[in-house]
Amino acid sequence: MYREMTLSGWGRVRSGNALVARPERVRDVYRLFETAGGRQICARGAGRSYGDCGLNSGGILAHTERLARILSFNEQSGEIACEPGVTFERLLRVFVPLGWLVPVSPGTAFATIGGAVGNDVHGKNHEHTGSFGQHILEMDVMTPDGSTHTIGPRRRPEWFRATVGGIGLTGVLTRIVFRMMRVPGPCVLVTRKRVDDLDSLFSGLENAGGAAYSVAWIDALARGKFRGRGILETADPLAGAHGMARKPGPAIAMDFPNFALNRLSVAAFNAVYFHKASPIGRTAPCHYGDFLYPLDRIGNWNRIYGRRGFHQFQCVVPYTEGFRAISSLLEEIAARGAASFLAVLKRMGPQRAGYLSFPMDGYTLAVDFPNQAGTAALHSRLARVVTDHGGRNYLAKDALLSRGDFERMYPELHSFRDAAAQMDPDGQMGSDIDRRLGIRQR
Amino acid sequence: MSRRATWLILGGSSAIGRAMADAAARRGHDIILAGRDTGDLERTAADVRISTGRRASVVAFDAMAIESHGRFAAEIGAQTDVLNVALLFGIMPAQQEMDRDPARAVDCITGCFTGAVSVLQHLAPHLEQKGAGLVIAFGSVAGDRGRLKNYVYGGAKAGLHTYLSGLRNRLRRKGVHVMTVKPGFVDTAMTWGMPGMFLVARPEDVARACLSAAERNTDVFYVPKFWRWIMTVICAIPERVFKRLEI
Repeated sequence: MYREMTLSGWGRVRSGNALVARPERVRDVYRLFETAGGRQICARGAGRSYGDCGLNSGGILAHTERLARILSFNEQSGEIACEPGVTFERLLRVFVPLGWLVPVSPGTAFATIGGAVGNDVHGKNHEHTGSFGQHILEMDVMTPDGSTHTIGPRRRPEWFRATVGGIGLTGVLTRIVFRMMRVPGPCVLVTRKRVDDLDSLFSGLENAGGAAYSVAWIDALARGKFRGRGILETADPLAGAHGMARKPGPAIAMDFPNFALNRLSVAAFNAVYFHKASPIGRTAPCHYGDFLYPLDRIGNWNRIYGRRGFHQFQCVVPYTEGFRAISSLLEEIAARGAASFLAVLKRMGPQRAGYLSFPMDGYTLAVDFPNQAGTAALHSRLARVVTDHGGRNYLAKDALLSRGDFERMYPELHSFRDAAAQMDPDGQMGSDIDRRLGIRQR
Repeated sequence: MSRRATWLILGGSSAIGRAMADAAARRGHDIILAGRDTGDLERTAADVRISTGRRASVVAFDAMAIESHGRFAAEIGAQTDVLNVALLFGIMPAQQEMDRDPARAVDCITGCFTGAVSVLQHLAPHLEQKGAGLVIAFGSVAGDRGRLKNYVYGGAKAGLHTYLSGLRNRLRRKGVHVMTVKPGFVDTAMTWGMPGMFLVARPEDVARACLSAAERNTDVFYVPKFWRWIMTVICAIPERVFKRLEI
């Protein structure tokens, strides 16, 4: 049975009508394929992707909320098996007290493990720990013919590499096995330090290479000699501190009016945020839940951007091009005065697990823009800078990329297409982003 | 320390069954999940074991296979100390389907009523012998009045309500409490995508509320509670008016 629903991505810019099924067991997924009747299918987890990769207008979405069980856990090796709808939040609550953590986590704990596979997510520790897909031992994927295949890095590796990062276009996952990481306590020890310009921020990130986690927040509205000022955050696991609890936070109960976010209000927010951080660095313990997911403390924070929604532009540029590329991106953004908090800069390592995985050895920049006149034009200028420097954009965040840019950014696309065509020869898997970018190209 | 009862969940694959298993395990009880799809039940049992640290096992059970209930009850009786039973299974074919095909109506009655009575009759002597325990059995607000759109299912549930009322009287004498649950709309596979749903309750909330109510020895429990008032109004409508309504 389906429920007809209009759903949107987390950025609330793209939305679409779909028949939503909510399988509760593996058998229901089988039935879903059996009765799809020519409509395309895509799985959807928590709906935390920003653009249109969790949408399937006119098709069927398999909402994985109820396929959310932990199937096994080995206390010696940390090997865990679970269903795709299990969230990072749940794993945090169950396993951090036992001394285990999911090794790679995106910026929200509400995301699902299935979504983490589909987007081959990375975290603030990518440089050292790699992407989520690299921790997978094996997984079961049901293809549209109703058969279940166990795939892994050494078991049907092409299918595995197409499914990790393949944004749900190869089948529906029913079981994922990966390895958790031991942690000595529920906290990290975080150092936050104010940095006055882009040069120092880059050298700060370079020198932070020894820290398990490192990330920089940039004031994307600062111009002139302040351009690139920001806050450098580094962290390492902390032993003990078992009594430390997570901090509670507010929830955004309604949409902010569109005018609430403008150049002035955001510049003021950014200036206050910047000056609150210590110039010499301050160190304090912080619970993993608060450190990994700072925005989760504000329920429905996407409402701050109002009903018009927002775009997040996230790109990665190669290491050698890093400083020049990031400088020109920041210049473009500041010149347009595009209001943005939460510009985030990170060093990224080369590790990636899938053909369409995002990471590359270099620097990644993520910037939010409210959806307004000129945003699309700015986006395409920024995408041009990214392609000129040999970088790529993150599909999990995207709603605006062009087909041409997409193909230039993902050189392993043909390998993805070949494997996906074997897994789903009749093209029964599909989604809005797939049709917009011609990902499967049937 | 009092002996912790084991909860037997009949119909453990349903969303409410899973929620009940989880909620009971969090209260420190061991769990036996019973149903047809044992592969699926194994998944739920694993989740319960890992996230609560309680024991959780699986046994095959088919409500429609009446002849198997005697042996099933004997095995459960033999392997448990104090036993609590949650009876959650039921099937609800579309009324139009049952109007077209009377055999489907019989399935509905067997799945909701006959199967339930059969397994409870087989379990009752074991419960009496243990001299303690709880039975939570899911009826439905649909059983309070026969509506045009759901009268076979409603009829089966009404029969179950009456049966449970008698069973409550019988088992009370041996220290076993029987609670009839009358759930309104719960967010399950049964109601997903169904038109006309309102104030739909989450299975986790229903499960927790049921456990608390049973521990207080509630006899008949509407969940969410406002359904008691909705059903009081619906039951107060005179039959000669009610028979003309399209609800």
